[in-house]
Formats: sequence, structure tokens, C-alpha cells
Amino acid sequence: MTTTTTAPTTTTVLDASGVTMRFGGLTAVRGVDLTVNTGEIVGLIGPNGAGKTTFFNCLTGLYVPTEGKVAYKGTVLPPKPHLVTQAGIARTFQNIRLFANMTVLENVLVGRHTRTKEGLWSALLRLPGFRKAEEASRERAMELLEFTGLAAKADHLARNLPYGEQRKLEIARALASEPGLLLLDEPTAGMNPQETRAAEELIFAIRDQGIAVLVIEHDIRFIMNLCDRVAVLVQGEKIVEGPAEVVQADERVIAAYLGEPFEGAPGAAEAAEVEAAEADAAEGDAHSTTEGDDK
Amino acid sequence: MTTDIPMDKTTDDTTKVSTPEATPIIPLPHAAARGLTVAGSALALIGTFLAWTWTDEFPGNLTVTGYPGGLQVLTLVGSALTLLFALAGYGIRGLGWLTPGGKNSPVLLAALGVLGVTGYAMGAIAQELGGLVNLEPGAWVSGIGALVAVVGALGLPVDQPYDAGDPDPHLWGRVRHALTAPEPRRAKDLPSWLEILIIAAGFGVGLYVFAYGISTEYSELFIGFLIIAAFGFTAVTRAGLLKRLSALTAKHRNVTLGAAFAAAICFPFTQTNDQFALIGANILIFATVALGLNVVVGLAGLLDLGYVAFLGVGAYAAALVSGSPASTIGVTFPFWAAVLTGAVASLIFGVVIGAPTLRLRGDYLAIVTLGFGEIFRITMNNLNGNSGPDVTNGSNGIPQIPDLEILGFNLGVPHDVLGHELTRSANYYLLMLVFTIIVVMVFRRSAESRIGRAWVAIREDETAATAMGINGFRLKLLAFALGACLAGLAGTVQAHVSYSVTPEQYQFAGPVPPNSAFLLAAVILGGMGTISGPLIGAALLYLIPAKLQFMAEYQLLLFGIALMLLMRFRPEGLVADRRKQLEFHETGQLDVPEDKPLPEGATGVAKAGA
Repeated sequence: MTTTTTAPTTTTVLDASGVTMRFGGLTAVRGVDLTVNTGEIVGLIGPNGAGKTTFFNCLTGLYVPTEGKVAYKGTVLPPKPHLVTQAGIARTFQNIRLFANMTVLENVLVGRHTRTKEGLWSALLRLPGFRKAEEASRERAMELLEFTGLAAKADHLARNLPYGEQRKLEIARALASEPGLLLLDEPTAGMNPQETRAAEELIFAIRDQGIAVLVIEHDIRFIMNLCDRVAVLVQGEKIVEGPAEVVQADERVIAAYLGEPFEGAPGAAEAAEVEAAEADAAEGDAHSTTEGDDK
Repeated sequence: MTTDIPMDKTTDDTTKVSTPEATPIIPLPHAAARGLTVAGSALALIGTFLAWTWTDEFPGNLTVTGYPGGLQVLTLVGSALTLLFALAGYGIRGLGWLTPGGKNSPVLLAALGVLGVTGYAMGAIAQELGGLVNLEPGAWVSGIGALVAVVGALGLPVDQPYDAGDPDPHLWGRVRHALTAPEPRRAKDLPSWLEILIIAAGFGVGLYVFAYGISTEYSELFIGFLIIAAFGFTAVTRAGLLKRLSALTAKHRNVTLGAAFAAAICFPFTQTNDQFALIGANILIFATVALGLNVVVGLAGLLDLGYVAFLGVGAYAAALVSGSPASTIGVTFPFWAAVLTGAVASLIFGVVIGAPTLRLRGDYLAIVTLGFGEIFRITMNNLNGNSGPDVTNGSNGIPQIPDLEILGFNLGVPHDVLGHELTRSANYYLLMLVFTIIVVMVFRRSAESRIGRAWVAIREDETAATAMGINGFRLKLLAFALGACLAGLAGTVQAHVSYSVTPEQYQFAGPVPPNSAFLLAAVILGGMGTISGPLIGAALLYLIPAKLQFMAEYQLLLFGIALMLLMRFRPEGLVADRRKQLEFHETGQLDVPEDKPLPEGATGVAKAGA
């Protein structure tokens, strides 16, 4: 089923097969297969309520899938979020979930948690390794803040950052756990075009570091620019997967977003007729034209 | 008013006086207002050297002329403070350092404090001796002086210009505004020996005030002390002195810790009365347990309403191995082993209780811990050989716990140290201080580590924290167990200090701290997540009930009202950590991005994006 466009030398990072998630009688995700390879940016799109975020939660261990399995680099993932992160999958959230009352730097340091080992005894007794590990963590966190362009605001509280920078901080925090796969849940939601462009650049830069990326997004233009491969989820099922252009032109995708044309739908002739009639009406009633235009 | 502007400008070049909005509440010429304040506070000061009443039936003997006593001393201190702040406003060289922040609001606050304490003293004399005729002229001199000082202080221009341009039409709003003050600017660096000396002096003053509060011998004096301490403290804060001092303490953190503990060690040497040293020891026990609870509540955000049970476990464990004739085990451990036993027993109890309950979140956790706290007390009651095996003697508890002997030093008998007799309570106070230092170190070091950050992350957003690779359950259990262990440590000393342990000492709520409700209140009142917060909160919560015995019946009611007022006006607690300060008071934040007006061309793009 995989229609990979990248070179065959790449290896599979994420392999989800037959993931099904039922909540009581509701099947939110039904038998979804998805693979992500190294150096790849894969998009996951679909209308609202299609089960994208549920699928994400299955991947990251927040939900235990009812059926199917999720493997990361060949090993099946345990159904615990912190173990998934430890294995090498990091994520961001659709509604930003930063540690609002911690500083920017502390947020990223929390992201380092799985990659550091200093326990309570080490902290209490200030064992020899403690200071070194702490300094290394700080250094790495500052590097990530430089990378995302937040270094100047390291001491600000996360809640006081503007929206776009909060998104960036979430990405920086996820990167701090040194993931092999980064899952981004609507990274450009609520951003203006410039910010979206910047986010795009950032994601490319992350990909260039050898981290595979899986993105959920509604902004089709963004997805089309960004992704090597796009999968479309409709009502819990994956209906298409392939290169962006192919998916964009697919009838089923258009149908899922815009609805199917009903039988006896107006053709070109009818459309021309309506246009002519509207033009007439517009000439006849000049007062209402401005309002009509707005609508 | 205009004539005085240059004077103010010599010490402070902010725009406050020059803005037309900074009108005082009582429209007086500046010179007259300041003159009135100085004269009034001087009058109040002189009045304290005169007799306030004719009989020494009123406690404190206020009948002596030429020597202030009792409540007069408080008025004296307050009016001296007012005088200093008011004189600093004249720009006198050498007094400028007193008011780096607000210039006039400290004067007003100090004057209000003097009026409060003098008025209270006059009222108390009139009420207790039956009528105003019992007041001697000295009281009237001080009272009128205080009133004049307040009127004068109200006539001084306010420190901060009104935001909106026009003054708040309501008098109350204007008075509240007059009590605010701008933050002091950054101080220039002093030589570090001088800075350290200033820190030491600061703690010296703190120790003196605290020791004075503890050794107030009658409740009138304590109430007066509270009034003058509250107003004086706020005045010093508004003047910016506290900010300056905390800037210094942040710079020399280890010196500060050292100075704080040096001051704490000095405390028993200021006390000659065993009773007051006992209060000190009990405050330390209470404060140490509160600090342990702060790990659980303040850092990890786990609301624990049964925390006193861990103190109880430590105390019972220590009592059982203390060699008390009433102990059912009948073994006698040396103190270090008893401490270990208590701490480990509490730790195990914490893990046993935590493992099942920490799967709950928020309110549910609070209710379950409340339940376990009560279960502990009831179990101790029932292990009496009647309704269960005889382990704890039921409600009789374990009495006659012998005094400790550490390295041949018997803590039960007075010792002469440096020419000062340290009583039994003072000995235990010093022993407890060691444990407080341990708990402070544990708190500080764990908070500033990977583990501490993970706790705060869990408190902020547990789902996000687990998604960042934090094992939420394990870390919460670690916080719970560490908190339990720290309380157990304190419990081992508490058993010896109080001679006996009974189940009734470890209730959810009761008139005598420590109990779970008071512990939580101490943490919240003092400031969650800070070190000094719970220590201060615990000191206040212990001292106030201990000193104001007469209101025992209304104590919980008053306590509730005080807590509500605090949550309304200062939700972050008395000592705020930086985070909480920013969390609850949105305005005045430095790192809120400024709203820059967009350039003309950019608006169209922004709209298209939205």
C-alpha cells in the first residue's frame, strides 16, 4: 500500500498497521496503515472529526488502539506516552500545551527529561555528575532555542510569548527529547501567512537534521508545499495516500471536503444562465450591488 | 507645592510630582503637609514618654513618665519610622537610601500604623479600665499626634500618577492608590562586604522583631505588635527597601541562607523564658512539616489534605523505639536510629498510601488523602488491645517519652552556653533547627534539578508532561514519598518535644497546629513553591492562636475570614515566587509584548491572514 516517493535506501521510522480505535460504539479510527520513512515529511489531512488527532494519540500512547500495532524503527511501541517519547517519538499539541508558568528555557529543559538520568539522590547530594549533566542540558536547550529563534526570550514565562512563538517553543520542547520522528498536530493553526512561511522553513530545517516529520494540517497550501507524501483520513478511514499533487486531484478527497455533486447537478450551461440573470439583476438594482458583492 | 518640587527631584527624578494628576487626597500645600506629618509624628513620639494611664492595672505599666513601656514602645517605634520616612522626603543627605521606591506612601502607611496602635491602646485602656477618663494626657498627645501625622501624610502628593489621567472619583480608590508606590530602580553595586553586612543587619532586625513578637507577654501587646508590624512591613516594602534587600539576597544566596540560620540559632539566646523557647521549637516543627508539604503541594501540585498523618507516623515510630515505659515494643534505639526508623516508616506509609491514590487527580486526590489522614488517626485509636492489637495504647497514646541524649548531651536539662542558660525547649529548638536546615536543603536542591522541573511540569499540565517523556505516576509517587519522609523526620523530634504522642494530635482540623488544614493554610498563606513562604506562614499561624488565647472560640472563624481576605487580595501568598507573582497579577509584567501599532501597509496583509 505504501507509495513511497523517496529513494529506496531510506528506512522505515514509523510503521502503523491496522490501527483501529473504538470509543464504545463509535469507531473513530478504522484500520489505518501508515508508514513514515527517514528524511520524509508526511502530511495527514482530512475534514474535521475525521480522526486525525485520535490517530495521533494512538501513535503516541495517549490512547491504546483497540486493534492494530504501532512500531517505531521495528520495535512495537508500549502504550505509555512517556515510553513512546523515550523510544523517540515527540509530539506537539493542537491546542498549545506548554508549561505556561515555567520559563521558556525550563520548558525545553523538561523536554530533555528522557535524555538525562540524574535522579533525586544525585540532586540532593549534588553528586559529581550532577552539575555537568545540568550544564549539558542547558547548553543543548539553548542550542534548540537558537535554532527556533527564541534564545533571546529564554527567561520569559512561556505564557507571555506571542502565539506564533508558543508554537515554536512547543516544537523546540519536542525536539529536546531528541526524537527520530516528530508529530506535529496543526502547527500553523491560527497563524498568519508570514508565520506559516516561517513554520514551513522550520519544519524543513528539522527534516534536514534527519528527523522524520508527520504533520496534521488543515491548510492545504501549506501541506502541498511541505509534504513528500500525503494521507487523507475521512471518517476514520484512510482513503488516499500519495504525492501531494495526486491527492489534491483525487475525486474522493474533493468529495470528502466539498461533498459530491448530486445527480442532475447544474452544468456549464445552467451556470452561464445564472450568471446572466445575476448581471441583469445587478444592473436593475444598483443600490444593492455593494452589499451583494460583499456577500 | 511647586516650590518643593526641586527638593524631591534631588532624590528622585520620576515624573510623579510634575504631573498634574498627582494631587493629594487632602489638598494641602506640600510644605504644610510634610510639616504636619513631621510635627504629628514627633508629637506622637514625645507622647510615648508621658504617662498614658494612671494605674498599672492595664498590662505593661503605662504610668511612668520619661520611660516608654509596653504599647508605648510600639508607638515610639512606629512614629520614629514615620518621622524618618517623612524627613527623607525633604531630601536630607544620608536619608535618601530609606526611600528608593515610594516616597510618600511609606509615610502614610507608617502614620496609619502609629494611629492604629495608639488608637488601639487608647481604646483598650478605656475599655478595660472603664471609660476615657482613665487616659492620662500622654495618651492624648500621642493619639492627636498620630492623627495629625495621618492627615499630613494624606496631604502629601501620591507616588504614582493615575493611569487614566483623571483621579479615581471614589475616595476609597484614591486612598488605595495613595498606598501604592513605584518599584525602586536598580541599586548601584556596593562593596560585597558591605552588602553582606546589610543582609546580616536585615536578618538581625528580622530576628529582633520575631523574638519580640514571641515574647509579648499579654495579648494587648501582641495585637499592637501585629498592627505595627503589618503596617511597618508594608511601609518598608513600599519604600522599596525590601526589594533592595531581596536583590542583595538573590546575589548572595549562600550568605543569605547562612545569615538566616545564624539568626535562627541566635533566637534561643534572646529568650530567658522556657515557655517562649517552646513556642519557637513548636513553630520550627510546624514550619518544617509545612515545608515538606510544600514539596507535595507547591512543586508537584498534589493537594494532600491528610499530610499530618505522616508527621504522626514519624512521631509514633520514634515514640515506640524511644524507650518510653508505655511503649509496647520496649526497645530503646539511639536517636539517629530512631530518626531513621521514623523517616523510613513515614516513607513506607507514604508509598503505601500514594501508590493507589496518586492515580487520581485534583479534587479526587484531595478527598482520598483527607480520608487516609482520618484513617490513620482512627487506626491509632483502635490499636489499643481492645478493638485491635495493642500497639499504640489507643487514645491514651504513648506518654513519658524520655528526653534525648545526644553524645552525652542531655537535652532535657538546662545547659549554660556562652553565659546564657539554654532551657530544655531551647535545646530542642536547636535540634529541630538542624532538621529544618536539612529540609530546606532537600527542598532547594530537589526543586532546582531535573526532578523538580518534572514536578512543576506535572503541576502545570500532566498530559503534556507525560508526552515529554516524564513518568507522571513515578514522579508523583516520589514527591509524595519525599514529602512523607520529611514530615516523618520532624515527627521524630516532635515526639520528644511534646513528651507524648496521642492520636488527637494528628487531626484534619483543630485549634492547635500542626494539623492538616493548618499545614495547608501555612503553605498557601506563605506562598506555594517558596522556601521562606511556608516558614513565615507557619510562624504566623502558630503565633497568632498561641498569643490570642482569649479568642479561642472564634479562632477558626477568624482564621477562615483571614484566609478569604488573603485569597482575594494576595492570592499568591505572602511570599510570592516569581511565577505566581506573574500568574496572578497580569499588569505590570515586564515581558508582556508591547502592542506596537502596525505600519499602514501591514494591516491589509494581517487581515488577509486572519
